[in-house]
Amino acid sequence: MADSKANSGRLLDIRNLRIEATVYPPGEAPKTITLVHDVSLTLEKGKVLGLIGESGAGKSTIGLSSMAYGRGGVRITGGEVILNGRDILKAGPKGVRALRGREVCYVAQSAAAAFNPAHKLIDQVVEAAMLHGTATRAEAEKRAVALFKKLSLPNPETIGERYPHQVSGGQLQRVMTAMALCSEPDLIVFDEPTTALDVTTQIDVLAAIKDAIRDTHVAALYITHDLAVVAQVSDEIMVLRHGRLVEWGGTRQIIKEPRQEYTNALVSVHEIEHQEQQPGATPFLSVKNVTAAYGGGHVKVLKNVSVDIYPGQTLAVVGESGSGKSTLARAITGLLPPEEGTVTFDGRPLANRLADRPKEDLRQLQMIYQMADVAMNPRQTVGTIIGRPLEFYFGMKGRERDKRVAELLDEIEMGKGFVDRYPAELSGGQKQRVCIARSLAAKPKLIICDEVTSALDPLVAHGILKLLLNLQSQEKVAYLFITHDLATVKSIADSIAVMYRGEVVRYGSKSKVLTPPFDAYTDLLLSSVPEMEIGWLEKAIKGRRMESAGN
Amino acid sequence: MSSPILRLVAQRILLGLVLLLAVSVLIFAGTQILPGDVAQAILGQSATPEALANLREQLGLNDPAWLRYVHWLWGILHGDFGTAQSSGLDIATSISTRLKNTLFLAACAAIVAVPLAIILGLIAVRYRNGFVDKLISGLALASTSFPEFFIGYVLIFVFAVHWQIFPSISTVDDSTPFLERLQAVVLPATALTLVVLAHMMRMTRAAILNVMQSAYIETAELKGLRPFDIIRKHAFPNAIAPVVNVVMLNLAYLIVGVVVVEVIFVYPGMGQYLVDHVAKRDVPVVQAVGLIFAAVYITLNIVADIAAIVANPRLRHPK
Repeated sequence: MADSKANSGRLLDIRNLRIEATVYPPGEAPKTITLVHDVSLTLEKGKVLGLIGESGAGKSTIGLSSMAYGRGGVRITGGEVILNGRDILKAGPKGVRALRGREVCYVAQSAAAAFNPAHKLIDQVVEAAMLHGTATRAEAEKRAVALFKKLSLPNPETIGERYPHQVSGGQLQRVMTAMALCSEPDLIVFDEPTTALDVTTQIDVLAAIKDAIRDTHVAALYITHDLAVVAQVSDEIMVLRHGRLVEWGGTRQIIKEPRQEYTNALVSVHEIEHQEQQPGATPFLSVKNVTAAYGGGHVKVLKNVSVDIYPGQTLAVVGESGSGKSTLARAITGLLPPEEGTVTFDGRPLANRLADRPKEDLRQLQMIYQMADVAMNPRQTVGTIIGRPLEFYFGMKGRERDKRVAELLDEIEMGKGFVDRYPAELSGGQKQRVCIARSLAAKPKLIICDEVTSALDPLVAHGILKLLLNLQSQEKVAYLFITHDLATVKSIADSIAVMYRGEVVRYGSKSKVLTPPFDAYTDLLLSSVPEMEIGWLEKAIKGRRMESAGN
Repeated sequence: MSSPILRLVAQRILLGLVLLLAVSVLIFAGTQILPGDVAQAILGQSATPEALANLREQLGLNDPAWLRYVHWLWGILHGDFGTAQSSGLDIATSISTRLKNTLFLAACAAIVAVPLAIILGLIAVRYRNGFVDKLISGLALASTSFPEFFIGYVLIFVFAVHWQIFPSISTVDDSTPFLERLQAVVLPATALTLVVLAHMMRMTRAAILNVMQSAYIETAELKGLRPFDIIRKHAFPNAIAPVVNVVMLNLAYLIVGVVVVEVIFVYPGMGQYLVDHVAKRDVPVVQAVGLIFAAVYITLNIVADIAAIVANPRLRHPK
């Protein structure tokens, strides 16, 4: 009796959880791997526990186990998951369905993918509440509208009548939070709910989630790889790595006094000291008054943009999604011929259209993309991928080519053993390194890096940035570095262009751009970057001068 | 409805008309390439050159090909398909009863086959890779693999000869009352259903399984929905376009591809009519039937396209 009394405030109690999956490596026999090794955690009613770690740490897997769910053939093979006093792993399919969507709800990373495109938002929001009989349709809709209001969605009365594609990503993420709250659950699993959003949108969604958690007294498992984010919403933080517990403690303790080396590495990951280089006498690439549009001139996405890039230096282009950053890259590479304006390279104008450029011009401008895995042919080996530009631009063959491939692999700090591997056999960071090697193989003057670290874990991204800086000092290559992440910009840029709705609103050397006084937009961008500090969120929201474009 | 949808639909219909016109040119040209001409065919090998020349004059065969094509097309647009050489009957009249019969048989088969195929597809997805799935797929594939005449004769043997429930010969005419007509087509419609079932069922299954990989299916699962409700409510609406496509292809087959079944059951439909007149080298009839079959194919495919457009919420509800 005493025991049950002591546990009366306890909502979730996971004991010695073990989760396994069967993998099918190419050319080998299937084998069972363990994703989560005997992890235990407890969560009190109304509290928020942050689960943090890199990809593959088992965060989502553990989070979903609280709904007795294994994603993609993952099996819970050991331990107990005690929710509201009973082991849900023994509940059977019917018992599990009864708790999903009623006692525990889930908020996914990509709300855009998690909403059914064929149904109105309101139908999806009230579905679980009606299914479990916690509300009639009318009650549930009333509750939904109240939640839309609480999450500060525009037009809360009518937004439910829209379809998912008619609502922006940040709004959709809030609608998904409303959907989770609508059946008044005891626990919500937030699985990286702001990772896919712009910083300026992330801060709004984060604040909305935090308010909603406070007002509804719902408990939450908050899964993310961003410590600064989790520090804003969690009471406690659990650090995971390779499916094992690293450290578990109060939020303040984890970010201020981490006891484990790995936690310390996560806390301090953002800082790279990069000495700003002064612009040289003449830029080798100049973008002059470029205007570009999609849809035959209808949608102007670049308006009168001018920037310069100096040899061996980095120009960072920052802004939210839709600000025209990637379009600038497309205009420079000729993928989207500008309507007006010119791009000059080494003192001569570049042909507007990609098809009109000679091979030599193509060689000088290379690109690296955000999604390294889709930028490589999955059926080619690393050696073939890196060797291709050597053959194409320099006509290298046979042993000469292989030697150069080996050198390039060495430069990206990957050994010869990788030559015969396929992209699928590489980690995310390794894939990006191969893409870097492929672009370097052409010996370009400029590499355009389009959000190259956005899809990577912080520690891996850190490694990639360091590599890029090293390569720059060795090869004297210049970067046009497109990103929405200001921490990255500080680490790598020599000059910065801030873009907003197709225009460059602030441009200059790094020190100049990042020194006050700021224009309203740069201020918004800078103040939206989460800082590893308790109470930062409230302060940042209070101090804002303008709304983000995502609203 | 909003303007982008209307525009897309209008575009499809216009494209269909252009396609039909192109097909009519092909059909006309095709029959021109054949050796001998209509006059020769009517009068036979032993005709005198004078008689041939007279008939050619009479039939307008001395006009240039494009003029004859225009005349032919003009006639068709006014419901005049010409007369059959073998019987001298008006083609339009003969076709209209037969087309009605064919459409009736196709409709009967479709009313059973389409819902059955889709429901079986849904059930197969629900129990995917399990016993029920394999049983459904196995039976459907087996019924498709047997040739139509085999299924037809088995049906006749069992239901017409052995049990004597249904007639083995499905001859109907204009005066046949509806219920009798229905009874007459039970066996051919069953044979057709068995033939088209598997294709539609397998495509439904594949299309829905494809959708089942989506993140929103996981969302539905995590709301606690029952597996079949997930498939019905969340997967199926997103699989409509490919399903409608394959359904329309099979409907087209039910109308234009039923020759064998019609012959087995002696059912007076288009297929039988076409086969008869191909054997008699009756070019105008073959042209007319070919054009009607092409029109059916094109129309049904346009319907499939339009259904896919309308089923897409992004087009139905633009930003």
